[in-house]
Amino acid sequence: MIYSILTLFDIILILTMLWLAWCLLNTEDIFKAVVLFISFGLLMALAWVRMRAPDVALAEAALGAGLTGPLFLSALRRMNRTRKGERRLDSDENREKEHKANQEQG
Amino acid sequence: MKTEKKSIRRIRNRGKRLDAWQLLLLFLLLCLTTVLGTIIWTMPENTSGLTDAVARLQEQSGVESPVTAVLLNFRGYDTLLEVMVLLLAVIGAWSLAKAPFSGQAADTGPVQMGVVRLLVPLMFLVAAYLVWQGSHLAGGAFQGGAILGAAGVLLLVTELLFLPAIPALPLRIGLVFGPLLFVVIALFCLCLTGHLLGYPEQAAGGLILLIETACAISIGLTLASLFAGGHPEDDHPQSVNPTEHSDKEEWP
Repeated sequence: MIYSILTLFDIILILTMLWLAWCLLNTEDIFKAVVLFISFGLLMALAWVRMRAPDVALAEAALGAGLTGPLFLSALRRMNRTRKGERRLDSDENREKEHKANQEQG
Repeated sequence: MKTEKKSIRRIRNRGKRLDAWQLLLLFLLLCLTTVLGTIIWTMPENTSGLTDAVARLQEQSGVESPVTAVLLNFRGYDTLLEVMVLLLAVIGAWSLAKAPFSGQAADTGPVQMGVVRLLVPLMFLVAAYLVWQGSHLAGGAFQGGAILGAAGVLLLVTELLFLPAIPALPLRIGLVFGPLLFVVIALFCLCLTGHLLGYPEQAAGGLILLIETACAISIGLTLASLFAGGHPEDDHPQSVNPTEHSDKEEWP
């Protein structure tokens, strides 16, 4: 086994990923967890590159970090908009009605 | 007030004290980690796995990249199912809600508009390049499709006015285009060579590129539609006459 500067890089990468995973599972704030998840995805892509799997790395960077993150964020936004005991579908419709009423007024 | 304080304290203490259920989960997780670690530790170091088998058949696959050869030729059936799963996800999202467009022009700054104008064509170019590159280097339908999807997300985030006005029918056709072409080619190969997705050797490269291009477009649309979070505006399942309803024709 050959040790080089890359071995050090790998160790730091693994430790950072473990730490990030712990942080994102442990946090109370969902928004923070989503942001940490995106950064975890980027580091995971880096890890796939180190494991000589560029195909998986590309897919991970684009899907894991680039698309899952925004999907989570938009889900979070819709969750926050929903008032307690209200279905999300209703909240969308209510918002539309409010918007139309505002338009008629303005 | 007391109950509030109690609940706050409970939230703060969460994660510090473990109840029986959490202990059991922790134990199971440790077991799983131990098993996985043992497997990795006892794995013989220098096995090539299926690398040799793939390398031997590489010439017949029609592409130079071993990953693409496995994904679209040797194990094409898996990829077909993956594409179908994505399509199912969109059907699920569309049946739940309408895409929540605000219907008003968002106040996008000139910098944001400039970035969108510059980045979106570039992303299309990169996606096309990734699909093309899939035949000999890293890349392929999923990576290209993901970049296309990201371009769609960028457009959706900017809340451009033409997006809610996109009619449902072309969108539906775009969504099924890739999977449908994949199935048609698979059946065509079944008739021709007697194997599902057993491409004729001379045409394999071209067929794979065709499938990848179509699937990349469909995957990009799929991911962007998932981000939009619902079916388009002019798609009212309740208000449409059931005899005219075209859902059954398009989602077999």
